[in-house]
Amino acid sequence: MRYSGFRVIAEALIGHRGWKPIWRDPTPQAEYDYIIIGGGGHGLATAYYLAKEFRQARIAVLEKGYLGGGNVGRNTTIIRSNYLLDGNEPFYEFSLKLWEGLEQDFNYNAMVSQRGIINLIHTDAQRDAFTRRGNAMVLNGADAEMLSRDQVRAMYPFLNFDNARFPIKGAIMQRRGGTVRHDAVAWGYARGADSRGVDLIQNCEVMGMRIENGRIRGVETSRGFIGAKKVGVAVAGSSSRVMGMAGMRLPIESHVLQAFVSEGLKPLIDGVMTFGAGHFYVSQSDKGGLVFGGDIDGYNSYAQRGNLPVIEDVAEGGMALMPMLGRARLLRTWGGIMDMSMDGSPIIDRTGIEGLYFNGGWCYGGFKATPASGWCFAHLLATDTPHATATAYRFDRFLKGLMIDEKGQGATPNLH
Amino acid sequence: MLINHPILGPRDAQEFVYLGDANLLHRPDGLAEGAIAAFHDYAYQRGNPAGEHRELWYHEQGDRSWLVVTRNTVTHEILKVELARDVARREGRSR
Repeated sequence: MRYSGFRVIAEALIGHRGWKPIWRDPTPQAEYDYIIIGGGGHGLATAYYLAKEFRQARIAVLEKGYLGGGNVGRNTTIIRSNYLLDGNEPFYEFSLKLWEGLEQDFNYNAMVSQRGIINLIHTDAQRDAFTRRGNAMVLNGADAEMLSRDQVRAMYPFLNFDNARFPIKGAIMQRRGGTVRHDAVAWGYARGADSRGVDLIQNCEVMGMRIENGRIRGVETSRGFIGAKKVGVAVAGSSSRVMGMAGMRLPIESHVLQAFVSEGLKPLIDGVMTFGAGHFYVSQSDKGGLVFGGDIDGYNSYAQRGNLPVIEDVAEGGMALMPMLGRARLLRTWGGIMDMSMDGSPIIDRTGIEGLYFNGGWCYGGFKATPASGWCFAHLLATDTPHATATAYRFDRFLKGLMIDEKGQGATPNLH
Repeated sequence: MLINHPILGPRDAQEFVYLGDANLLHRPDGLAEGAIAAFHDYAYQRGNPAGEHRELWYHEQGDRSWLVVTRNTVTHEILKVELARDVARREGRSR
């Protein structure tokens, strides 16, 4: 069923009795050409582009819980392509271009809102670094502009411009950045994949992998063995656990990242704002809640909940930036598990096992990458060659010294 | 989280700096055969278990001791705390 304005009117006339569930609930077949493990944003996008762009068939997505119940349902919904390095920026710009056409492409309202993102500047050195980054963005076909202090003040007069430690001196802005309704991304991809014949199998936990003579034969699941010619793993957060079933160790630690929503307020922040020096970023949802967050808790965790010290730290960052935040009450906080890779950049690559492919290590920037991640992973699965924008996301970059170290900090799994 | 320091008693985890997997105690021999592969594994690869995890914490705002904390990464429960010095000696790091 195609959605359109006409369809809404037609349904209104017949009492909305024509709407159907937007995906099937199929029982797994004995074998598929492609199995995608993980029914989150990246896995569903992979299945969607495999079927739509790469014309593949006999595809299944296996999900332990329900579709979109992991990190795609618990992030802070920001999209942007403001990276510096050659290995990253073309990929994220590809992703942003896909976001721009996504709703027309999969015929679903994902509320893509290019409301602009600013990164605040507090020192001359930071202005130099951001100018360099802005130039790198422009060279890669993205948009970037430098804002003066007065321009920032015109946008957000309530910020603490004269903070003694971090006075605001300006900002770098990407107007094409913004926010997206995160759940709708999973639902839109799921609907698009399902309508092209992909089997979306929920409540189906992968318990093991059947590997014979260095080749994957299929996966053992809570619903029995399912054979497959190729298996793609897109389970960021649990990557080490799933790839451990294939005997692999990854350059990844799992960490918990918390996010926060305030009570609903009148329109206050019309874009996305990051205060990198104070480890705080904020936007406002369409329901009015301020959506904000900061650092990871900083220790290995699979708990999907964090601890109070980081809540205090994020609140302090918010108070330093916009003191009026102290009058708003916190409605909810929650945590999600991040694949923190050793250089802060992701991996989309083959493995040493023939037919087994990996997509993960997204740190806490996986949401904005969803379309390009799905497209590039589908490209790798279908053609066995990496997509042009994802050639750097290899496992062996650590052995070869080709890290994509956006922050320049070396082997620490706590970057971004 | 409270870390029960073997010398100082229960201390707030905020006083500590986290480093990661306690296998970092076992730095490979740079002159041995296959040292490059060994250092790659040492620096970049992680077991990253869901469950019991031995990890290094540094008491920066306290007595500056290194600790090996055994903690459950699913529940955050701390099961055992030892001085890293004792663990390293026991595992043959220091002669």
